[in-house]
Amino acid sequence: MREYMTTRDIVGPLLLVESVMDVTYGELVELEFPDGTHSLGNVLEVNQDVALVQAFEGTRGSNPAHTKVRFLGRSLELGVSRDMLGRVFDGLGRPRDDGPEIIPEVRRSIYGQPINPTARDFPDDFIQTGVSAIDGLNPLVRGQKLPIFSGSGLPHNDLAAQVARQSAVLQRSDDPTKAGAPLEGEFAVVFAAMGITFEDADFFIDEFRNTSAIERAVLFLNLADDPAVERIATPRMALTAAEYLAYDCDMHVLVILTDMTYYCEALREVSAARKEVPGRRGYPGYLYTDLASIYERAGRVKGRKGSITQVPILSMPDDDKTHPIPDLTGYITEGQIVLDRNLHRRGVYPPVAVLPSLSRLKQKGIGPGKTREDHADLSNQLFGAYARGLQAKELAVILGEAALSDADKAFVAFADAFEDRFIAQGAHEDRSVEETLSIGWELVTLLPRSEVKRIKDEYVARYMTAEEGATA
Amino acid sequence: MEQGRILKVAGPLVVAEGLVDSKMFDLVRVGEEGLMGEIIEMRGDRASIQVYEETEGLGPGDPVEATGAPLSVELGPGMLEAVYDGVQRPLDKLEEQAGAFLTRGISAPGLDRERRWAFTPVVEPGMRVQGGDILGTVQENEVIEHRILVPPHVEGTIADIAAGSYTVTEPVGHLTTDAGERVELIMMQVWPVRTPRPYKKKISVAEPLTTGTRVIDTFFPLTKGGVACIPGPFGAGKTVTQHQIAKWSNAEVVIFIGCGERGNEMTDVLMEFPELEDPYSGEPLLKRTVLVANTSNMPVAAREASVYTGITMAEYFRDMGYNVVLQADSTSRWAEAMREISGRLEEMPGDEGFPAYLGTKLAAFYERAGKVECACGADRTGSVSVVGSVSPPGGDLSEPVVQNTLRVVKVFWALQDKLAYERHFPAIDWLTSYSLYLDKVTPWWSEHVSPEFRARRDRCMAILQRENELAEIVRLVGLEALSAEEQILMETAKSIREDFLQQNAFRDDDQFSSYREQDLLLETILLFHEKAIEAHTKGASLRDLFAAPVRERIARAKYLTEERLAEFEEIRSDIETQLVGDGFDDDETLVYAGGER
Repeated sequence: MREYMTTRDIVGPLLLVESVMDVTYGELVELEFPDGTHSLGNVLEVNQDVALVQAFEGTRGSNPAHTKVRFLGRSLELGVSRDMLGRVFDGLGRPRDDGPEIIPEVRRSIYGQPINPTARDFPDDFIQTGVSAIDGLNPLVRGQKLPIFSGSGLPHNDLAAQVARQSAVLQRSDDPTKAGAPLEGEFAVVFAAMGITFEDADFFIDEFRNTSAIERAVLFLNLADDPAVERIATPRMALTAAEYLAYDCDMHVLVILTDMTYYCEALREVSAARKEVPGRRGYPGYLYTDLASIYERAGRVKGRKGSITQVPILSMPDDDKTHPIPDLTGYITEGQIVLDRNLHRRGVYPPVAVLPSLSRLKQKGIGPGKTREDHADLSNQLFGAYARGLQAKELAVILGEAALSDADKAFVAFADAFEDRFIAQGAHEDRSVEETLSIGWELVTLLPRSEVKRIKDEYVARYMTAEEGATA
Repeated sequence: MEQGRILKVAGPLVVAEGLVDSKMFDLVRVGEEGLMGEIIEMRGDRASIQVYEETEGLGPGDPVEATGAPLSVELGPGMLEAVYDGVQRPLDKLEEQAGAFLTRGISAPGLDRERRWAFTPVVEPGMRVQGGDILGTVQENEVIEHRILVPPHVEGTIADIAAGSYTVTEPVGHLTTDAGERVELIMMQVWPVRTPRPYKKKISVAEPLTTGTRVIDTFFPLTKGGVACIPGPFGAGKTVTQHQIAKWSNAEVVIFIGCGERGNEMTDVLMEFPELEDPYSGEPLLKRTVLVANTSNMPVAAREASVYTGITMAEYFRDMGYNVVLQADSTSRWAEAMREISGRLEEMPGDEGFPAYLGTKLAAFYERAGKVECACGADRTGSVSVVGSVSPPGGDLSEPVVQNTLRVVKVFWALQDKLAYERHFPAIDWLTSYSLYLDKVTPWWSEHVSPEFRARRDRCMAILQRENELAEIVRLVGLEALSAEEQILMETAKSIREDFLQQNAFRDDDQFSSYREQDLLLETILLFHEKAIEAHTKGASLRDLFAAPVRERIARAKYLTEERLAEFEEIRSDIETQLVGDGFDDDETLVYAGGER
C-alpha cells in the first residue's frame, strides 16, 4: 500500500500530492481526512512526482498536512453480478438500500472500452414504449440513444418512468398486418440519477416498486446533496453494469440517465478547478468527447444477444436548444424527444413536441415484421398533417378563422384531435403499437380523402375501412 | 533506437525526457504496451507526445521508444474495401485479435502482408523511369485497377521486372539509379501523412463533379479537384447528402473519413456500402471505397490524425490518375481534437479555446485537394475533391471552425434544419448556399449539357430570389396584393422548389438526375412560366392556368427515368396547348383588375 501525507494544495475537489512514486494516470485513490471520513478519487494528471487527484466525495474537512492519500494501483472498478437486479446503489456503486454487499462475478473498469465500429450491429429492432408520441412517430430502437430534451418544471421524470416501466421488445411477426406480442423476461432497466432531488429519486423508486418493475431494475443514485464530483463516475457505473447485463447475461438493457445537465456541470466544476481553458459557456473543450464516451456505450454487438439502449434526460437551461449540453448531445445521439412547455400548460401529457422531435433510426425499426406494414406511411401522414394544422392555426391567429379554406379548417381540427387523443395519454396507460396505429387511423378519417397523399392506397383500403367498421 | 522516460501524463498527452535525437512529428512507442504516439512539441530534451490510445495506467518512469520515423501510412494494393481507424489500423483485423471491443496496445499493419496480388508490368528492363511512373498494374478488384508507381523522388533505369504473384513487400523488380545504386521495387509505399505527396503542377479546375443531386449539380456545382463545405445542424440530413455524393459522384475512388462521429452511423455506412450498388460498375460501392472510422469515443489524438491519413490515401490514388472524392465528417470534431490537445499543451488559446493555428491547419488540409498533373514522366492528371462537413454548435455559423473553413472552400451547401422540418430534402438552402466554380464550369456546361443551361439556371435563381422578397409581402398582406405576373412567379418558384430542388434520396427513380434531365426540367418549368404569363396577358385566368392538367405532369417529370426523357417533348407540347389565352374580350380580363382570387 502506498500511502502519502504529502498533500500540498487543495483546490475545490482537487488535491495536489507531492513526492509520490509509481503513480499512474487514472489510478484509483482513497483519501482519509483528519476527521476519519473517507473519499474515493482518481488521478487526473501525474507530473514526475506530483499527482493531481480528484476527490469524488469532495474535500470538505480535509487539510493538506493531515490527509492520508492511498494509491490503490487499479482504476475505478465496479464489481458486477446478476444479483444487482432489484438493488439500489449510490453514485459510486455501493449499496444504498439495506441489502447485503454484492458478491461480484467479475470486476470491470468503469471506463469501458470503445466498441470496434466493425463489430457493431446496426440497431433495427423496435422497442414498444407504450407511449404513442414515441412509438407512433419517433420510435425507439434497440441499441439507440434517444435523449429527452426537457426543461425545469416539465414532466420528464414521469415520462422516463413510464418508458422504463412499459418498455418491451416485440416478437417478430410473420404477418405484415399484425405486430408481434411482447417478449417476456429479457428486459432490464439500469437507472442512473445524477444530482436530482431526493423527491425525484423517491418518485422513481416508488414507481418501480409499485409496478414490481424494480425486480428487473438496477438503480444508481447520486442525489442533489451527494458530492457533485461523484456524478462524473455515476453514469459510467451504470453503463458498466448495463454492459455486463447486456453482453454477459444476454439481456436487453434500457439505460436511463438523468439529469445529464448536472453531470456536465460537475465536469465544468472540475475543469474550472484545474484552470483549464474553457470552451463555450465555461464548459471544458473536451465536453463533446466526454459525452461521447458515455453515449457511445449504447449499441449492439454482432454475435451477442443483448443490447444497450439509452434514454438520457437533460433539462435545457432556459429551454434553449442551442445551449452546449443539448447541442453536443444532439450531435452524438440518434435524435431527440423534445418536451414542450405550451403543450404542458394546456394539460397534454406527455407534452412531446412532435415536430422538433426526431428518431434517426426509425426507418430501420418499423414496418412489416417489426411493427406493421402501414406504420411508416401513417407516421408520415400524421406528421405532415399535424405540421400543416399548426401552420393553419398560426394563420388563423393573424387572419381570423374565417379566412381559412375548408381544407385548412379540417387540418386545424385534426391538429387539435391529434394533441388530445394521440399525443395525450395517461401516465399509466400502456398502449400497444397496434392501439397507437388505430388511433392514428381514426384521426386520418378527419382529413379530406384527397389530402391523404402519403399513405399507399392499399393500406388506406385495408386499415381505414376496418377502423370505421370497428367504430361503427 | 533511443529510449526515453515518461515524466508526465495528462489525458492523451504524455511528456517524456531523453528523446534528444527525435524530430517533431516522429512516431514513438509509449509504455510497456508500446502505444502509438506522435511528438508534437519539443522543449530541450523534453518531448510532448500525443498518444493514439487510452493512456490510463501510464505513469512517470514508463519507457518511451523512438522510432525515428514520422507517422506514416502504407499505400498499396489492399486499401480498397478496408476499414481503418485514424492511424490506419485495419479494424477488422483488430476485431479478429481482440474481439468486439478495442483493447489497448493491439496493432496490425495497414496492408495485409500475406495476401498475394497478380502483378503485370508495363515497363521493361532498360527503360528509364522517374518517381510517379507506372511500373505495372494489379487488378485490385472488379472495379479498380491499382497502378503500381515508382516511389516519389526515385529515378533510374529498370534492371529487371517480372509479372507474377507478389505480396506487397516482395520485390517485383529492381532499378539502378544514376549513381549505380540498386533499388528494390516493391508494391507498398510508405508515406508520412503530414507531408503532401508531390505533383508536377496544379491545374485550374474546370469539369464539374456530377453528383446527380439537382440542387448541387445545377445550382451549386463542385468541380473535380474542388473543395466544398456542408454545415449540418443536427437533423438536417447531412449524412444522407454525404451518402448521395459517395454513391453517385463520378469519381473513381471515394475516401470516407468518419472523424469523431456516431458509432451507429459508421455501422450504417459499413453495412450499407457493401450492399449499395455502384451505379457506374454495378459492383458494391465498397469496392471503390476506403473507410477511415474514428468514432467519437475512440481516442481523440487518433481523431486528429485521421483526416491526414485519409487525404494521404486520396493523394496516392490521385497520383495513379484517378479522380478521388474525399469526405471528412466532421472537420469540427477534428478541430475539437486539436483544441483538446492544444489545451493539454497549455497553449495560449484563440477564439473559443481553439488553437491560434486552427485557420492555418484547416487551410493546409483543404489545399491538399485539387486537380493536378501527376508527378511522372508521362501526361497524366488526377484530382482530389474534398467535401468537409462542419457541425457548428447551436447552428451558429459565426463560430471559428466554420469561419476558417469558409475562407478556403469555394462551395458552401447550407443545410438548414428549418427546411428539413418542412420535409424539403435535400435541405440545402438555395438562398445562402454558393459555388464559386460557376463561371469555371460554364464552358463545360455549354459544351456537354446545353448552351442555354447556365442562362436557365440563372433565371431560376432569380425567380427564387424574387420569391423570397415577395414572400415578405405575402406574409403581411396576403397573396392578393401581388400583381398577376408576380403571382405566376410565386407559382413558378414553388414549382422550382417542389419539382426540381426537392429530391428523394430513397426513391429509385429520383435519387439520381442526369445533367440532361436537369436541363430538361429547368427548360420545362421555365417554359410553363413564360407561357403562363403570355396566356394571362391574352386573357386566361390565373385559376385556370394554375389548374392546368400539365402541372401534374411537370410535378412527376423528375421521376422520369433516363430512357423516358423523350416524354419531356410531350409535356412541352401539353404546355403549349393547355396554356392559351381565351382572347382579350373575355370576361376574365375584366375581373383581373379586382384580383383573380
